[in-house]
Amino acid sequence: MVKKFTGRLYLATIFLFLYLPILVLIVLSFNNSKSRVAWGGFTTKWYVSMFQNDTIMEAFIMTIEITLAASVLATIIGTLAALGIHSMRRRGKAIMLGATNIPLLNADIVTGISMMLLFVRFTKLGFSTVLIAHLTFDIPYVILNVLPKLNQTSKSAYEAALDLGASPLYAFYKIVWPDIRSGVFSGFLMAVTMSLDDFSITYFTKGPGVNTLSTMLYTELRKGIKPEMYALSTLLFGIAIILLLIMNYGSLRKNDRNN
Amino acid sequence: MITMKKKLFFLTILLCAAAFVSGCGSPDGKETLTVLNYGKYFDPEALEMFEEETGIKVEYEEYESPEEMYTKYKAGSIDYDLLCTSDYMIQKLIQEGEVLEMNHDNISSYQNLDPKIIDASASFDPDHTYTLPFFYGTVGILYNTDEVDAKETDTWNVLWDSKYDGKIIMENSVRDCFLVPLKQLGYSLNSTDKNELEEALQMLLEQKPMIYAYFVDETGDEMAAGNASLAVVYSGEAAYAQSLADNLAYSVPKEGSNLWIDSWFIPKTCKNQENAEKFLDFLCREDIAKMNFDYVFYATPNMAVYENLDEETKNDTTIFPDQSVIDNCEVYVSLDEEGTDLYNQLWKKLKSD
Amino acid sequence: MHKFKRQFLSGPYVIWIFGFIVLPILMIVYYGVTDSSGAFTLGNITAIAEPIHMKALLMSLKLALICTVICLALSYPLAMILNNLHLKRQSFVVFIFVLPMWMNFMLRILAWQLLLSNNGILNTVFEALGFPKVSLLNTPSAVVFGMVYDFLPFMILPIYNAMGRIGKDIVDAARDLGCSQFQVFIKIIFPLTVSGVLSGIIMVFVPALTSFVISNLLGGGKVLLIGNVIEQEFMQNMNWNMGSGLSIVLMIFVIASMAFMNSHSKDGEGTAVW
Repeated sequence: MVKKFTGRLYLATIFLFLYLPILVLIVLSFNNSKSRVAWGGFTTKWYVSMFQNDTIMEAFIMTIEITLAASVLATIIGTLAALGIHSMRRRGKAIMLGATNIPLLNADIVTGISMMLLFVRFTKLGFSTVLIAHLTFDIPYVILNVLPKLNQTSKSAYEAALDLGASPLYAFYKIVWPDIRSGVFSGFLMAVTMSLDDFSITYFTKGPGVNTLSTMLYTELRKGIKPEMYALSTLLFGIAIILLLIMNYGSLRKNDRNN
Repeated sequence: MITMKKKLFFLTILLCAAAFVSGCGSPDGKETLTVLNYGKYFDPEALEMFEEETGIKVEYEEYESPEEMYTKYKAGSIDYDLLCTSDYMIQKLIQEGEVLEMNHDNISSYQNLDPKIIDASASFDPDHTYTLPFFYGTVGILYNTDEVDAKETDTWNVLWDSKYDGKIIMENSVRDCFLVPLKQLGYSLNSTDKNELEEALQMLLEQKPMIYAYFVDETGDEMAAGNASLAVVYSGEAAYAQSLADNLAYSVPKEGSNLWIDSWFIPKTCKNQENAEKFLDFLCREDIAKMNFDYVFYATPNMAVYENLDEETKNDTTIFPDQSVIDNCEVYVSLDEEGTDLYNQLWKKLKSD
Repeated sequence: MHKFKRQFLSGPYVIWIFGFIVLPILMIVYYGVTDSSGAFTLGNITAIAEPIHMKALLMSLKLALICTVICLALSYPLAMILNNLHLKRQSFVVFIFVLPMWMNFMLRILAWQLLLSNNGILNTVFEALGFPKVSLLNTPSAVVFGMVYDFLPFMILPIYNAMGRIGKDIVDAARDLGCSQFQVFIKIIFPLTVSGVLSGIIMVFVPALTSFVISNLLGGGKVLLIGNVIEQEFMQNMNWNMGSGLSIVLMIFVIASMAFMNSHSKDGEGTAVW
């Protein structure tokens, strides 16, 4: 009993540690004072004024554009790559996996700088350079999420379908896809999360007028953050919770049905 | 679950497509002007006004220190049309032949600018052919009047007073940081003498354990929050902090300090000089200069704005320093490569200790 | 025939690997072994031995090590507690630890700044409770604190996943055969979670070693890590050759720590977080 209690207490402490700063930010988003150190009463005005602030809205749209474009493209390229890698022989597989691990484990700063050096030499920095950089670190997350699922699929079922006259595409859709779907989806989510939260790599590869929320915040952090930023982040956070809860609820129901 | 995921997937793809379409809709044929400026140094509303009035889209970039600006410019990965930075860095770029001559006749509101400040910029632009002054100010000590006596702050020495252990903020920028011990020791803030600089470094190393933090733009907020008692700041940052809290005051120590003039110039990479000059004309206009003055709190060289200020602001010595203070200050001169390397080396030594 | 076709699917990615993973690294290597005039030199790499850089590197190693140890010490018991809750849906746990990442990381660190500063929220609470004030901000400890906060989920999730994979029956069998709880832990649970621990260590140690943002934000400009030196060489001093040289050294350290970890884990499956 005591053990259970200390366990719960420990759990609660860690959650407090993880969520305390988020709570602070949510409170700040309702603070009727521009200063981040004084409480000036409750207000929801920042939630209105953020939509009128062009700088914030531009950075927000840019963030969404880059995140979605990068994660959708990464999901497509990554899933295809995983299918290819899965069917490779041992050595090819090892080489491909090794290369996949590089952007994942290399320091953000080194990845960002190396791409900057490449881009600066051959092109001008802009939206597309940021997109390429994001894709580069997003693809490995997709591959690493899809591959384990592929390893669980049975090759013989796919081959049997082919033997029975199914076209490869049809066989893929009917046999392989259901097995890897959840992996593809979590890879996609992982890519979204990473792109959304990235700072270092965007910082080194962005061109003029390209500002994501992260890079904008980095300059703003020193000179005082606009309260609208707290509001926008709180809103984003809320949307994320709702989306993820819906997904969890959906799969819970499926589990119940299966039981 | 399956349908849910499918729906979500379609939704995101749809969103993505929408995002792309809206991205492509942005002005491709429109003229653009790529501007690089210090952070928090131009009212964003004024930028919008410029876009509306002229139809030119401004791609606005910010940086924190002149050294960072130099790298961004020199990297060559972005073609800037117009830049604003500090005296010594402009001098360096002029010497490197990176700056185009500016035709002040095309800028009708140039006449609003104070001839005295234009003259003062002769130290880096001797014939006034390259630059247009934007703001000027000093470096000094911002202090909390509840904790620090005004008399103490007339010397840089107070920054070594053990009474304020852990309550001092220094500038997180090479030259602004070294100017303090250099002036305290009675040397020029443009010194490149190895012994003098070593001596200055020793003082800074001695001071480091007492430092709360090395900051640039955070200082104002931190001082207003009462997290430190003394800070080395630019005059405008001090004025900004005073607008947040009443118990703050600013002083330029008697040993002298730095007078800086931030100015605009047109770099070699400029694609459309006419548009750049349009922008300069715009920012010298009285209404725009007033907006920017209210936004950044630094001393404006714009006479039209100054004349129409209320007496209290005009007499605010934090913003507009007395002539005696100005006379006691030095303007930074650009360092040669050897000097730059020396400073960088000493700076790293200080930071890694 | 089909096999050939399927391998073809990774074609775009192979091109990607060459264009945007291998080539950029070659660029760094090129800059790293040349000087500003383009002549070959090893000076940028050996520059790591200069006292200034050595100090920064040692500081980074020290902080990264402390951060990793703290993360491990916090995560292992946590993973056990979570595992003992026998949640039906493991993904819910993942959800809870990944969720904070949807709030911008810069803002979360800023919130810690507010919480930890001299007159910050925590000190106000401490004062009201009669505890002494703590001045943590702008010290190396604050940087470690921020790192632990940011990287903790990357330690928890692999360990938790590894624990989830341990079959109930194995533990039950051991119990039936008379193992004490402690023996079960030493003989079964720990060995079966080693791969999770190792990938957790990599996923915390590497970003901690190379971080420059957290030290900028919570170190008050007083904590210089090797990541900060590299950033400064690139962004402030415009010495790309030196910056690249030091990046190569950093890369070697990362590869070395990975190789060390990999040689101690047989299966590579621990690497994926989810």
